[in-house]
Amino acid sequence: MRLLHHLLPRPVGGSSITTFDRKYSLLFFFFLIICKVWKREVPFFLPLTHLRLCNMKLQYEEEPSQPVAQSQYPQPKLLEQKPTELLTLTPWLAPIVSEGTFNAELLDHIYQPLNLTVGLTAFAAGKYTRFVQHFLESAERFFMRGYRVRYYIFTDDPQAIPRVPLGPGRHLSVIPVPGPSQWEEASMRRMEVISMHIAERAHREVDYLFCLNVDTAFRNPWGPETLGDLVAAIHPGYFTVPRHQFPYERRPVSTAFVADGEGDFYYGGAVFGGRVARVYEFTRGCHMGILADKANGIMAAWQEESHLNRRFLSHKPSKVLSPEYLWDDRQPQPPSLKLIRFSTLNKDTAWLQS
Amino acid sequence: MAEPSPAGTPSTVNQEIQGKSTKSWLGLILLFAILLGFYSNVFSLIPRRQTEESQSSPEAHHLQGQRESLPLSSQDENGVVGQRMLLEESSEGGGHWNTCRIPEVPRLLYPKAQLLKPSRVDVLVMTPWFAPIIWDGTFDSAILDAQFRNTTIGLTVFAIKKYVVFLRLFLETAEQYFMAGHKVTYYIFTDRPADVPRIALQAGRRLVVLQVGSYRRWQDVSMHRMEMISNFSRQRFLREVDYLVCLDVAMKFSDHVGVEILAPLFGTLHPGFYAADRQSFTYERRPSSRAYIPRDEGDFYYAGGFFGGSVPEVYRLTTACHQAMTADRARGIEAVWHDESHLNRYLLSHKPSKVLSPEYLWDERMLRRPPLLRRLRYVAVPKNHAEIRNR
Repeated sequence: MRLLHHLLPRPVGGSSITTFDRKYSLLFFFFLIICKVWKREVPFFLPLTHLRLCNMKLQYEEEPSQPVAQSQYPQPKLLEQKPTELLTLTPWLAPIVSEGTFNAELLDHIYQPLNLTVGLTAFAAGKYTRFVQHFLESAERFFMRGYRVRYYIFTDDPQAIPRVPLGPGRHLSVIPVPGPSQWEEASMRRMEVISMHIAERAHREVDYLFCLNVDTAFRNPWGPETLGDLVAAIHPGYFTVPRHQFPYERRPVSTAFVADGEGDFYYGGAVFGGRVARVYEFTRGCHMGILADKANGIMAAWQEESHLNRRFLSHKPSKVLSPEYLWDDRQPQPPSLKLIRFSTLNKDTAWLQS
Repeated sequence: MAEPSPAGTPSTVNQEIQGKSTKSWLGLILLFAILLGFYSNVFSLIPRRQTEESQSSPEAHHLQGQRESLPLSSQDENGVVGQRMLLEESSEGGGHWNTCRIPEVPRLLYPKAQLLKPSRVDVLVMTPWFAPIIWDGTFDSAILDAQFRNTTIGLTVFAIKKYVVFLRLFLETAEQYFMAGHKVTYYIFTDRPADVPRIALQAGRRLVVLQVGSYRRWQDVSMHRMEMISNFSRQRFLREVDYLVCLDVAMKFSDHVGVEILAPLFGTLHPGFYAADRQSFTYERRPSSRAYIPRDEGDFYYAGGFFGGSVPEVYRLTTACHQAMTADRARGIEAVWHDESHLNRYLLSHKPSKVLSPEYLWDERMLRRPPLLRRLRYVAVPKNHAEIRNR
């Protein structure tokens, strides 16, 4: 069944070229020339092997001639609005995902045949390695069941990462990164590390990538309803407050500055994701902003989260996850959120930051 | 721009030790490419595209910061326009959700959406496969216009035989309401090019008359639209426009129809069936037809008079429908609602990424307007069927 094939990338599969061949540098320059002639941006981070032209070429694929079997699901009811208490569409027509807005079976029917691989990054440096066990175990239970999954755990202490038993089609990669000197340092380097990791490796291995905090756990199914070009999650602490109370960076000298009259939602830095190319552009953009601030000797109010929010303001996400997908266990669950799927753990932050 | 980095993999090191002559050829090609890049910039042969780095350069952000000193009222003019000029070079063709980039929007002022206040409580605004259903009140045109600012929209309309009489009102109202402020190309398919009225067009809009043959039966005229759109998509539309909107001609625009409709693939809810059960949809119900849909299947009944999407997607749709109709004709069967039946069959297996509410296609004479329709944007024009068809 070819549903939504126009929205989805061709799956990254099979032939991965692991060694960097000299002949590809030749191809690179030819492609550079071709791209300039066709007036397309060269996706410069991709080392040539999986260069995918933007969809300007007309590709007519042979469609199956007979009607394909449908899955059985109830007809969408146009006029009976379910009592969903949450907004389901942003003003720029991006879906806001919450329980009741989607049919999980239908989405599985759409996405399963595509053989997608979904990546998951988490940073566990210093004392945060103690969260990895619970994080991975809950991910094994709830994250993208039935799909191919790659976990990327970035740590300064690979020995401390427990080997959690994984289901079929799911792999764990432990990637060493230098240890951070300070807690703020750690949370500022993630954007850089993620973007470099995508350029070097992840673009070949996964189609979609989610970047999550590790001091969290999955509580309920997290499935293909979360897949999109660029996905953000609404911060659980600010979805009821007006925009002037959002903890944006308010100093104009910072690149993460957001003025008083601006802002859609306050997005959480603990969850973002999307198609791997879009995540690359996003993390790279945030990283550039962080570097610029560093050069000016300024650190944004909520570090990466401030830069993330700034970027999501000008590059609006194509899909937004409701606070079901990023909850804070210390808060009581309101009736408008039906099913908490992912939440931060209660922990003593002072101890962690020392 | 990143260099191709061998990054010290052993195999590349080995290869570099061998083959010195190939190395010099490589160097020559490298030099050629660099010179080409250099000269293309110097002589502006090829439009300069800023790389990703400069798109999010500190420079850009500093300019944003500087604009803060301007009072809010003038910021819309200076800030937004200035941003647009800065971003023009670096963005890549507006809001194509099926191509490479998330569109960047300049600083805008608009009311904030409330997560706990749904925009519409009387109607469904999103399908179970996350396609927005476009109703009044669900979208903010300011943001969407900014996201689609570099987009060219093609509008196809067929005025065969006597249907040319509808063109004047159609085009005049389109000039007023359709994609205002964006680049539009009208493609008028007709067998009577001399009868196409001359309409004054706004800036950035043009009209192209495409001469095509006609058919004796109106059903054939309707069905062959698919074939013609498919052919011209490949020959022409792909290079000229980003999105295609395929419309019926015996209609007029009566309210805003803008970029909120643009998506890789979209269909419109038929005004007669938006409240009906799937069993009563007038799908083709004979299994021998390629447009067959069983009684227990179907999401919506889409109208044949308003569909569209990106050019590649419309090409796929029209080609598939044309092939299906050809196959049916070979078996001596014609679907009950002709191209509309085939369109519905296609949109059942290729779910649209947006669905337009009946605001976008209505017939005031045949249907009483319910309160859930706050605006009527594209409505039928009275036509005398006996007089117009088959002449």
